[in-house]
Amino acid sequence: MRYLPLTNDDRKNMKKIIGINDINEMFTNVPKEVSLDPKFNLPNHKTEMEVGKILSEIANKNINSNQVPFFLGAGAYKHHIPATVDHIIQRSEFLTSYTPYQPEISQGTLQYLFEFQTQVSLITGMDVSNASMYDGSTSTAEAVSMAKRITKRNKVVLSPTLHPQYAEVINTLISSNEDEIDYEFSENFEVEKLISKIDDSVSCIVVQNPDFFGSCHSLEQLAEYAHSKGTLLIVVVNEIISLGMMKSPGEMGADIVACEGQSLGNPLNFGGPYIGLMSTKDKYVRQLPGRIVGETIDMNGEKGFVLTLATREQHIRREKATSNICTNSGLCSLAFTIHLSLLGEMGFKKLSKLNHEAAIKLYNKLKNLEGFEVKNNSFFNEFTVKVPINASVFVEKMAEKRNFSRSSSI
Amino acid sequence: MNKNKGLDHDEQLLFEVGDINKTGVDLDDIDNLDQMIGDSFSENEIGLAGLSEPETIRHYVRLSRKNYSIDAGLYPLGSCTMKHNPRLNEKMARLEGFSDIHPLQPISTCQGALELIDLISSWLKELTGMAAVTMTPKAGAQGELCGMMAIKQALLDRNELNRKVVLVPDSAHGTNPATAAFLGFEVKTIKSNDKGLIDFSDFKDNIDENFAGVMITNPNTCGLFETDIVKISELTHKSGGYLYCDGANFNAVVGKLKPGDLGIDAMHINLHKTFSTPHGGGGPGSGPVVFSDRLEKFCPTPLVKNIKGDFILVEDSSEKDLAKSFGRLNVFHGQMGMFVRAMSYMLSHGADGLKQVSEDAVLNANYLRASLSSHLTPAFDGFCMHEILFSDDFLKDTGVETLDFAKAMIDEGYHPMTIYFPLVIHGALLVEPTETESKQSLDHFINTLCDLVERLKKDSDSFKAAPVFTPIRRLDETQAARKPVLRWKEEPLIAV
Repeated sequence: MRYLPLTNDDRKNMKKIIGINDINEMFTNVPKEVSLDPKFNLPNHKTEMEVGKILSEIANKNINSNQVPFFLGAGAYKHHIPATVDHIIQRSEFLTSYTPYQPEISQGTLQYLFEFQTQVSLITGMDVSNASMYDGSTSTAEAVSMAKRITKRNKVVLSPTLHPQYAEVINTLISSNEDEIDYEFSENFEVEKLISKIDDSVSCIVVQNPDFFGSCHSLEQLAEYAHSKGTLLIVVVNEIISLGMMKSPGEMGADIVACEGQSLGNPLNFGGPYIGLMSTKDKYVRQLPGRIVGETIDMNGEKGFVLTLATREQHIRREKATSNICTNSGLCSLAFTIHLSLLGEMGFKKLSKLNHEAAIKLYNKLKNLEGFEVKNNSFFNEFTVKVPINASVFVEKMAEKRNFSRSSSI
Repeated sequence: MNKNKGLDHDEQLLFEVGDINKTGVDLDDIDNLDQMIGDSFSENEIGLAGLSEPETIRHYVRLSRKNYSIDAGLYPLGSCTMKHNPRLNEKMARLEGFSDIHPLQPISTCQGALELIDLISSWLKELTGMAAVTMTPKAGAQGELCGMMAIKQALLDRNELNRKVVLVPDSAHGTNPATAAFLGFEVKTIKSNDKGLIDFSDFKDNIDENFAGVMITNPNTCGLFETDIVKISELTHKSGGYLYCDGANFNAVVGKLKPGDLGIDAMHINLHKTFSTPHGGGGPGSGPVVFSDRLEKFCPTPLVKNIKGDFILVEDSSEKDLAKSFGRLNVFHGQMGMFVRAMSYMLSHGADGLKQVSEDAVLNANYLRASLSSHLTPAFDGFCMHEILFSDDFLKDTGVETLDFAKAMIDEGYHPMTIYFPLVIHGALLVEPTETESKQSLDHFINTLCDLVERLKKDSDSFKAAPVFTPIRRLDETQAARKPVLRWKEEPLIAV
């Protein structure tokens, strides 16, 4: 078997040194009620060629985003990923290393995470960021949990235009009592109405921007009112590219920012792995969950990086930890940071504009289409359209039109 | 000043080498249309550094060379399972039919994706002998959370939320108590006995009317199979509780026995350990959870169902299958990219290969045990499973501590083993060779460790100074935590 280096002779010699005749002598701790070597109703090993064929056949049953015009959004976005990104993340030293617990032989990972934390802090307009979470939804739930720890309050207000599946995740992960979470899914985002829900028992208010329906909002007034009541403002960003032409959440007064970072460097992957971003103000850093990299010096005074503030984490604090989270999205954060380094300030802003302009062009076309209603007054790169028939029937009908040819032009 | 050392190049921070006016991506021209963002529109400077493509490649290639990796050498981190990551897995995950599909595509256009989820689900159920599986948890720790939430939901269903106590052995991973506490359970620690196993009488004594369940890692973090596991599960069920199994060490028994036979109710599986998906410097992971029929109906949403070869996604909690579900764990359907990799690995090995995987993992660990016992001190007698735990007894009176010994290994070209874990053994050193190391590789490792132990008597100072041959020497972790500098800034940094 191609992944197993021991030969039968090796196995024989090793057994001799261990002092056993049969491999199962090492499994004697297994209780008698449990059968060793049971029958599995599974096929035996296959060649690389066979495996490739089986999986390719399954993959080919899907329509992928390169085959057809593609308009899906709502928390996962198709963007071009420069070839450099995938090449670098497949380097052995990044792909096949562990969490950087031994800093002397992990400076590569630690330095790019420090750079990543800086980039995330900059685009979200916050002081500090962690080294990534699983995805935007779990990052949002962790942000809520963090706000509850900081404020020592239990009530949570979710904006009606928060991604409904994010609200479900918050409800699953946070709620010990359903009354604590105020969420009524609706397309109407009204600052006044949100303000009316805030009082000094509310730990945080969670607002997605651009929201689930694509609309963009100014949040300064909301932030100011929330802060006057000791309530934290959590801003959720699904489409990170929007930050190339919008005021950052930090500028608008956010206390914690939770984002889905998939748009940079990471393919759609049918929903995962993705990369959650999380940033906050300096004063809350010790309540931030997840891995954090910090700068320090070595015994010769040379600058270097280590995982730090570990006293928040489960492997040190056990049941008193800020979160049970262990891994971050290491390789996805590498893809994110490489893509953003390639773009730089200029490229990031231009990519943002390109997205926005493509959306404007489509918006203008659909606006005048009979039977269609475009709902948004503002948007970044996605907006909501009311279609003349049942929406799920409509998208299935659209998908049936998959076989038209696209002309290639140079 | 030139700080390069041969092949090890000094590499400044991105923000020091990059330029705000530089980019490595050519994009189409923009039309300068009037913006439709509204009053949150902004053209303010963000401060992002950019690099051209050649500079980008050089920056990250130089950084990469400061990392240790499995591809470069044995990586004996116990409880982490640093095994070879087959490149076929990577190739398969990059098939456009898997990588470039959207989680909200019309169901008719993603039948292959759902088929793959159904396929890996059926393999995991068969390999574990369990009734049900959920694929959505994003990592092992989220898998634990998922399993414990199902248990909480089951207690709620029985109207027995007074059962608040979760027992956790003192040798458990930190995630176990953290997970239970996160869910509002009261964590009680149970003791290990002098054999490194759960003390059955201590377990029994801690069961009362508030007993919700027990979280057991099996094989445990001492590298031993919990020999009383069936007795524990029987008593757990008789007492109205549930048995959660931390499946982090499933790689020791995969293809060799079915965890379902042990009487467990839920177990997460780390695809990045047992099924060879890459660790990627700390993720992404994937932590599917298998369930007994006692917990099946409390599984999280969504579910993939196979209806005579047509696949559907059940997401609505008003559906019969999900009526008692505890809810949604994350926004979409889990780590598809990891499912493909793990499936590629499972198909490659098959039932016969997976049995060989666990046998070789256990053989390699016991070979290290037998060969190192003359120099290091195994913490417990008898055979181990896939990893071998040493105490720091062999360092007694040398002035060298576990940490120093680990750092000295770095200079010998090895990533250290897991140190100071599990907490039940003083100065613990936990070594997991995995099945993907050859005998030659193990022999070299054994000789290196024995030589190091010999050197303890002659030259203990060198251990305190190690590592020497690394891009950077030992770092001041206390300063990092006391005055956190967590990002680059142009102006002088002010501590928090």
